[in-house]
Amino acid sequence: MEIKKGIAVSPGVSIGKCLIIDSEDYRIPRRQIEPSQRMAEVQRARNAFRDAIQELTELETAQEQTAGGRIKDIFAVHLRFLRDRSLRRKVTDAVHSDAISAEYAVSTVLREIASHFTNVKDTYISERAADIYDIERRLLKQLLGHTREDLDCLREEVIVVARELSPTQTAGFNKAFVKGIASDAGGRTSHAAIVARSLGIPAVVALEDLTEIVHGGDTVIIDGNRGLVIVNPDDDTIDQYEAYSAEFVALGHKLDTIREKSAVTRDGVKVMLLGNIEFPSEAASVLDKGGDGIGLYRTEFLYLNRPTEPTEEEHYRAYAQTVGVFRERPVVFRTVDLGADKYTQSKRFAPEPNPFLGLRSIRFCLQNLGMFKTQLRAILRASVLGQVKIMFPLISNIQELMQAKMILHDVMEDLDEESIPYNRDLDVGIMVETPSAALTASSLAREADFFSIGTNDLTQYTLAVDRGNELVSTLYSPSDPAVLRLMRMVIQDAYKSQIDLSVCGEMASEPEYVMILLGLGVRTLSLSVPMIPEVKQVILSVTMEDCNILTRKVLGMNSERQISNYLRNAARKILPAAF
Amino acid sequence: MQAGEETLEKLVGEATVEIKNADGLHMRPAMQFVDLASQFDCDVTVSNGETDVDGKSIMQMSMLAATCGTRLKVRAQGPEAETAVEALRELVEVRMFDEPPPEGQR
Repeated sequence: MEIKKGIAVSPGVSIGKCLIIDSEDYRIPRRQIEPSQRMAEVQRARNAFRDAIQELTELETAQEQTAGGRIKDIFAVHLRFLRDRSLRRKVTDAVHSDAISAEYAVSTVLREIASHFTNVKDTYISERAADIYDIERRLLKQLLGHTREDLDCLREEVIVVARELSPTQTAGFNKAFVKGIASDAGGRTSHAAIVARSLGIPAVVALEDLTEIVHGGDTVIIDGNRGLVIVNPDDDTIDQYEAYSAEFVALGHKLDTIREKSAVTRDGVKVMLLGNIEFPSEAASVLDKGGDGIGLYRTEFLYLNRPTEPTEEEHYRAYAQTVGVFRERPVVFRTVDLGADKYTQSKRFAPEPNPFLGLRSIRFCLQNLGMFKTQLRAILRASVLGQVKIMFPLISNIQELMQAKMILHDVMEDLDEESIPYNRDLDVGIMVETPSAALTASSLAREADFFSIGTNDLTQYTLAVDRGNELVSTLYSPSDPAVLRLMRMVIQDAYKSQIDLSVCGEMASEPEYVMILLGLGVRTLSLSVPMIPEVKQVILSVTMEDCNILTRKVLGMNSERQISNYLRNAARKILPAAF
Repeated sequence: MQAGEETLEKLVGEATVEIKNADGLHMRPAMQFVDLASQFDCDVTVSNGETDVDGKSIMQMSMLAATCGTRLKVRAQGPEAETAVEALRELVEVRMFDEPPPEGQR
């Protein structure tokens, strides 16, 4: 039994068999073995070759009936590689001479071969590196249990363990079978965390070297309340956790009873609770959990896991489906927020040296007008089906907003010419998530129908902390006085200009921040769907007077630690079970 | 030294072949080469002038990364050496791995 401490990012407890996911950019960690283990490790490597050959032979035979020669050729080539004695010898020699694990030997040997191909000038031949990576994955799959490819065809419940999860990987999850997530890297707002919360499964991140400790198929417990991962727990621990898990589920059921209630403070102030969604399939769960609409519809999913850009029809179908569920309730579409990720980086000749300060989000859209207009057309077409709003992300100056609005008007004119109906008066707002936007909120407010504060990026950019970097992630906190002061400015400017304001970052999903947000004047929260009941429970339990007093106190404090302790204590008094 | 070994016939075959198909010696051609070489009772060594590799290993052959126009020296040693070299030459230069030559040479 081994207990690892990380950061709890999504509540709940899960016990299950773990599945390790490797990512293409990630190397299998070097693991030294005892000299006495060498023979056993060599045997593992041999078995992996044998099993991979068997698996591939079956695939090849199955292919014979169906597809044409191309795929068969690929399988045939891979089979010959697996049967190649000199390749096998290279792997087993590496295990022997360097005393390393079979996984690491497979990975280093094959990556060395792959890099040999990558360095060839002829593009046709250099692309063959992909074949080698495929062979590597096939072997690693035998050694590690499963791999990424199997995520969409899971047959049993698993706990996913990864170095770091990419959006592409999580988009491929078969959500019915993933019971928990644990990752080496990441912070509260890493992708793994966001996805786990939206799925309502427990997650713990920043575990540093978990992937080196677990083996595929090990039993693990994910404690998403305390931030613990227990590898190969003993029977007592499992019993203890099963009881604890049941208790937690019971709390969830208790909260379900408030689903029909409006989120109103004890002194009668109504708060609108909207859901943040990542996939159209989550739309229905917003209503299930008692949400009033969608405050952040992330539209990037359409771009993931595919080689080509989505068509206008594909955009439209996804949007129309969601808007149809909500009808008169608001659905806020955030325009494509790609950037600083694989999608945009892979399209570049050389990766950007500093992608978070680079061509991302609205900047990327403004330089890729064809793609941007396609999405705007689809949103506008869907606008006749309900209460659709458009939100531009990462606006950092007024010119960007003007330019984006101008393009929206161009698209409107195109639709007019084609006599395609849309709602001409739909609200167009921005996310305030850069310090520059926060500082110029008063002028941006004249051009925007609403603001939504994106606390994740606002915190990252204000504090100059990469939220995904575990070395500095402790510095990342929305309760830093700098962040709170910027937020107060934005909220006051929105009030002065009489435009709508909401908060849609992860901060809004955390019960401990509810009081300060209300005290700062926020009346609309857009949050991770499974957290809606808990946040509602907090709102139902407080008075605005409590919130105002707390906020005045907090704004007088100078340190993040003091503020976050104060907020946590205050929240614990209200909803003890959630902390 | 065992008896008979020195009387064993030292059969050797050698030829220089040029890769003529447009896409070069990528995976599938490498497979064809290895499959053919493996049918003969002899060792096959292929050299691009810098490295010598085993002509029966797909890993080693494909790592030669021989592009169109590359000249390779094929050497065989063993009872079927001559037939092997001739068959391999035919595969590379005449059949061109059943692939087209570069544009303009068709």
